[in-house]
Amino acid sequence: MTLRSLLGRLLNILVTLFGVAVVVFVVIRVAPGNPIAMMLPPGASEADIDRLRALYGLDKSLVEQFVIWLGGILRGDFGTSISLRQDVLGVVLGRLPATLELAFAALVIAVVLGFALAILGTRRRQSATEGAIDLWNGITLSIPDFLWGLLFILVLGVAIPLFPVSGRISPRIDIDYVTNFYLFESILRFDGAVLRDLLAHMALPAIALGLPLSAVIAQVLKQSLKEVMGLDYVMLARANGFGEFAVIWREAMRNAMLPTLTLVGVQFTFLIGGTVIIEKLFSYEGLGNLAIDAVINRDLPLIQGIVLLFSVLFIAINIVVDLAYAALNPRLRHG
Amino acid sequence: MAERGIPFRLWLAGGWLMLLCAAALLAPLIAPHDPLAQDLFLERLPPVWLPGSEPGYYLGTDSLGRDVLSRLVYGTQIALVVAILAGGAACLIGSALGLIAGYFGGWPDRIIGRIVDIWMSFPPVLFAILLVAVLGTGLHSVIIAIAVIDWTRFCRVVRAETMTQARMDYVDSALVIGRSRGGILLKEVLPNVLPTIGVLLSLEMGIAVIVEAILSFVNLSISSDDPTWGGMIAEGRTQIHFAWWVLVFPMIVLFFTVLSFSQFGEGLKDRFDPVLK
Repeated sequence: MTLRSLLGRLLNILVTLFGVAVVVFVVIRVAPGNPIAMMLPPGASEADIDRLRALYGLDKSLVEQFVIWLGGILRGDFGTSISLRQDVLGVVLGRLPATLELAFAALVIAVVLGFALAILGTRRRQSATEGAIDLWNGITLSIPDFLWGLLFILVLGVAIPLFPVSGRISPRIDIDYVTNFYLFESILRFDGAVLRDLLAHMALPAIALGLPLSAVIAQVLKQSLKEVMGLDYVMLARANGFGEFAVIWREAMRNAMLPTLTLVGVQFTFLIGGTVIIEKLFSYEGLGNLAIDAVINRDLPLIQGIVLLFSVLFIAINIVVDLAYAALNPRLRHG
Repeated sequence: MAERGIPFRLWLAGGWLMLLCAAALLAPLIAPHDPLAQDLFLERLPPVWLPGSEPGYYLGTDSLGRDVLSRLVYGTQIALVVAILAGGAACLIGSALGLIAGYFGGWPDRIIGRIVDIWMSFPPVLFAILLVAVLGTGLHSVIIAIAVIDWTRFCRVVRAETMTQARMDYVDSALVIGRSRGGILLKEVLPNVLPTIGVLLSLEMGIAVIVEAILSFVNLSISSDDPTWGGMIAEGRTQIHFAWWVLVFPMIVLFFTVLSFSQFGEGLKDRFDPVLK
């Protein structure tokens, strides 16, 4: 990548981030419904309303308000959560690890399952197996994570209670870790009991989130594998006596990966968006659950902080995917 | 390809959707009970084939003694209204902007593309919840929120398709005989993009139904007394250990509806548009 294209991309990102800030500000401040009225309980006095307006700078012009608001955010001041009476940034960052771990687990499930289905479908081309895989992909793709989550709660949580269906960790486990990345920290500490408990709680929500993405990966990867399998160099590998699996895995995969990678990036942001409702469904103590509580409690500073953080996360993922694509694609490497 | 006729899944999905339309239109005739009528003597009755049920309450009752089947039937009305109005509005906004961006290029394309980029940086469900919280709960807020968020799905695809069409010879020919650019866009390009829009619309209607259910589930859609599938699911989730039927039946209906909308879209794709396939 040349310096010029890198700078151009950086500028793009800044403009997008600025746009995100404007949209959040407009939605929260300008939309019908007085933000102060949303913050105060019904029956608050006029004096209370005026004081709060002055406190939040709402008596100034909209542009001034935006500049003050943006300045605060750039300094890391996201305000104070109304319902929790704590610093928004602190609350949000404290919850972020739980959501990241869930999303990561879902991504691993999606990639492993997606690759397995794609390779199996390529090995058994034009057989009943491929038909079954296509049918499965069609169904998993059509059914959103919300319904998968409900189905798992019903079947694997209640009818055959194999997994816990609520929370991130059992209340009886006393955890005193340094970070909130419980899963990663328990692995590093070889803390088997905690790890097992975390994984049991994470299993159903992570599978619910990962299934639709696994279908996307399987479909696109299978399609590009099929195209690559017809190319000369793959034929050559086969003629050299490589087995079918080795041909797929070692030769075809390298070229078939690229379209899949771009897609996984875009779809991974959808997956992270899905954590909002899945966390609510499974009472998993992450950002999404916090966001819904914030909306129900009309906690505007907290909502604002969460939405901004999610947006930054989305943009960051897109950058990582772009960089990974450039690193893997020799045609782009020398720009 | 065209000789293949109408694929099986198009029939199946279309059949289910027709059934839903009929249920929505004829709800007062079909529903055996008033969907809002509570009767504490009839609470948590199981479906009619299980012991302990009451005749006439085919799918049982919820924790307030309301008839599950009647609530499902009336819930169809809200689901379909949201699917049609929210899906239609998102389709109109997104397709219009996509056509403009794809056909004219230049600065309209850059501005619209930038807005799409910004929109795609928000998690859709969170965005919807935020909008409904700001607009106030109610059916109109749900419809506005879905339309405001989901137009990008149309915009990106329609833009790409329009760009492909705009490079074709028939567009140049129309220009040569002196047709106006706007006229060409509406009369020549649009009809060729319509199949794509139709497929997207079908998919979007399924998404709208799910989003409405999710918003009802977190109690942000219409009032919690009115029968919605999402509201029933939310209630069923709390009753899961005592009355599974309150959760299972709305889930099944939602499942088939979402599957039908997406399979209907896929079926249209196979039938009409070899390019999208």
